[in-house]
Amino acid sequence: MTELLYGIAVAPFKDMAGSPAFFAEVLIGGVFAGLMYSLVALGFVLIFKASGVFNFAQGAMVLFAALTLVGLIERGVPVALALVLTTAVMVALAWVIERVVLRPLVNQEHIILFMATIGLTFFLEGFGEMVWGANVKKLDIGIPDRSFIVAGIQINQLELSAAVTSAVLVAVLAVFFQRTRIGRALRAVADDHEAALSIGIPLKTIWMIVWSVAGIVAIVAGIMWGAKSGVQFSLSLIALKSLPVLILGGFTSVPGAIVGGLIIGVGEKMGEVYWGPLVGGAIENWFAYVLALAFLLFRPQGLFGEKIIERV
Amino acid sequence: MIYREAGQFRTTYASDQAIFPIPQDRWFVVFAAVAAFVIPPLAANEYWLQAVLIPFLIYSLAAIGLNLLTGYAGQLSLGTGGFMAVGAYAAFKLTTALPQLNIVVVFLLSGLIAAGVGLVFGIPSLRIKGFYLAVATLAAQFFLLWLFNKVPWFVNYASSGTITAPNRSVLGVIVTGPNATASVRYVTALALVVVGALVAKNLVRGRVGRSWMAIRDRDIAAEIIGVRPLRTKLLAFGISSFYCGVAGAELVFLYFGSAETLAFDITLSFLVLFMVIIGGLGSILGSFLGAAFIVLVPIFLTNAPQAMGLSLPVALQKQFELMVFGGLIIFFLIVEPHGLARLWQITKEKLRLWPFPH
Repeated sequence: MTELLYGIAVAPFKDMAGSPAFFAEVLIGGVFAGLMYSLVALGFVLIFKASGVFNFAQGAMVLFAALTLVGLIERGVPVALALVLTTAVMVALAWVIERVVLRPLVNQEHIILFMATIGLTFFLEGFGEMVWGANVKKLDIGIPDRSFIVAGIQINQLELSAAVTSAVLVAVLAVFFQRTRIGRALRAVADDHEAALSIGIPLKTIWMIVWSVAGIVAIVAGIMWGAKSGVQFSLSLIALKSLPVLILGGFTSVPGAIVGGLIIGVGEKMGEVYWGPLVGGAIENWFAYVLALAFLLFRPQGLFGEKIIERV
Repeated sequence: MIYREAGQFRTTYASDQAIFPIPQDRWFVVFAAVAAFVIPPLAANEYWLQAVLIPFLIYSLAAIGLNLLTGYAGQLSLGTGGFMAVGAYAAFKLTTALPQLNIVVVFLLSGLIAAGVGLVFGIPSLRIKGFYLAVATLAAQFFLLWLFNKVPWFVNYASSGTITAPNRSVLGVIVTGPNATASVRYVTALALVVVGALVAKNLVRGRVGRSWMAIRDRDIAAEIIGVRPLRTKLLAFGISSFYCGVAGAELVFLYFGSAETLAFDITLSFLVLFMVIIGGLGSILGSFLGAAFIVLVPIFLTNAPQAMGLSLPVALQKQFELMVFGGLIIFFLIVEPHGLARLWQITKEKLRLWPFPH
């Protein structure tokens, strides 16, 4: 018993203090991994904020975007043109989703829309692989998967560029949301559908824009994840990994997605490296969920979520 | 309908509140249940029993369980697969530790163990709801499967990491294990489903079911009129997990024969949720219809291209199936968001007036 307590409460911290360089490496690895989760979580938040739809298909959209991009590049399309084409495909997809799935289901309960997006997940997975093939593809975007050393700490170049990309993306999104006309309309819709409609904001157009933006975020996430682990079916599963990020940060907050991602990423890496061996390892699968669950007991709306006020 | 309720006057409260107030309905259900016990074991072949009817019954039971929680009590759960795994592993541990114990008792006990686990993971539902809760139940799903994978005690230190159904008999007939015939397994699953559905139907008609629906429709208002949220929500989690646990034990013992944790992964949770939603939230009949739909559609999709004389490559076939399955789900949600049970209700209403629509 004392041994277990020692293993939980003392030994990990001794290890951390013992080799600060290694600790910093774990920390940075966690931060990078967390930013990658944030990229996926961002797509969720955007759609949830604007339409109240919990879009389970975000992971499938990431897979679909990556598959399309790689498929185009493999067929000899230049990278820049392929990017433009993929963006066009994702916008078209957003249009189709709005037309075929969302519009007939407007005003239905949330759970029905949620199930529809799961149906969409199946459809996109089947469709993407049918068109572009199911084998694992390599996505080469010209950033080598090499590491360099700064002050005795290894830093992976690919992960660093992913981190920078997500930071830039978040900044752009923040400006888009706060400073542009469309952004203001988006926030109005997120606040109150009916009020937004009554002052003349076209709800359907707004939803299409939101799904397009989520599609573009999916492209970025697809590129980053694809470059890291190859474009394959498992990409659609990263959606599951970004869910605890969401509950931690709150479903309606863009900064929450980022901070939540960082906490989950760092917590997961720390847990795996320092506490994982105690229980036989491979705790990554559920650690984030339990962390988020414990957190929810104290703050049900997440870190930055809107406070839930209930009236009869 | 060929019969109408016109002229059937009920003179006592008991007959008015009966589970099937119309005698024709009652006789139809009794007749259908008897027919289900007698006809398939005599008439159906091995393939139909093994590939269609047995999974249909087991999934129906799981769907009833989830429907109690999600449809009646309004608590969205994505941890069904995890709770079913608890039932399966508990049944395996119980029957290997106590081989003389009747296997039906083992199923019920493992259901109870699953109910206990369900209670623990139901605790967050007191503070969070909706999608936050759904994501929180995913913690149960991943944690439980990880636990069964990591701790060799659960599989009796088998190096393969799988649990296998041993031969067990009830009243001298082998029910589970490699020597059990499909008909016997079918009848066992059917008996459990019939009892389970009857109990569930009565639960939701009574005090418990009403308090669940009150919590689902407006939890604060329910609290004000005296429904205790803590007890009600936890009860829903417990009873739902009991059904899922029994279904999970059946899945291994009556259907697969042997399984590892992979059989209970997140896909299973979604599958059962689909059954509940496509069948109809808050309907016991819907659970059966949804299970039938989800079991039959993949079989149909696999056989349809061959029947039409097309032969697709295996990989393409699989992707095509996935696509059509997803498409069908969206289609059904758009056509009737309240599920097949609602469609059946509408059909009944229409038939009642037929052939004079006004």
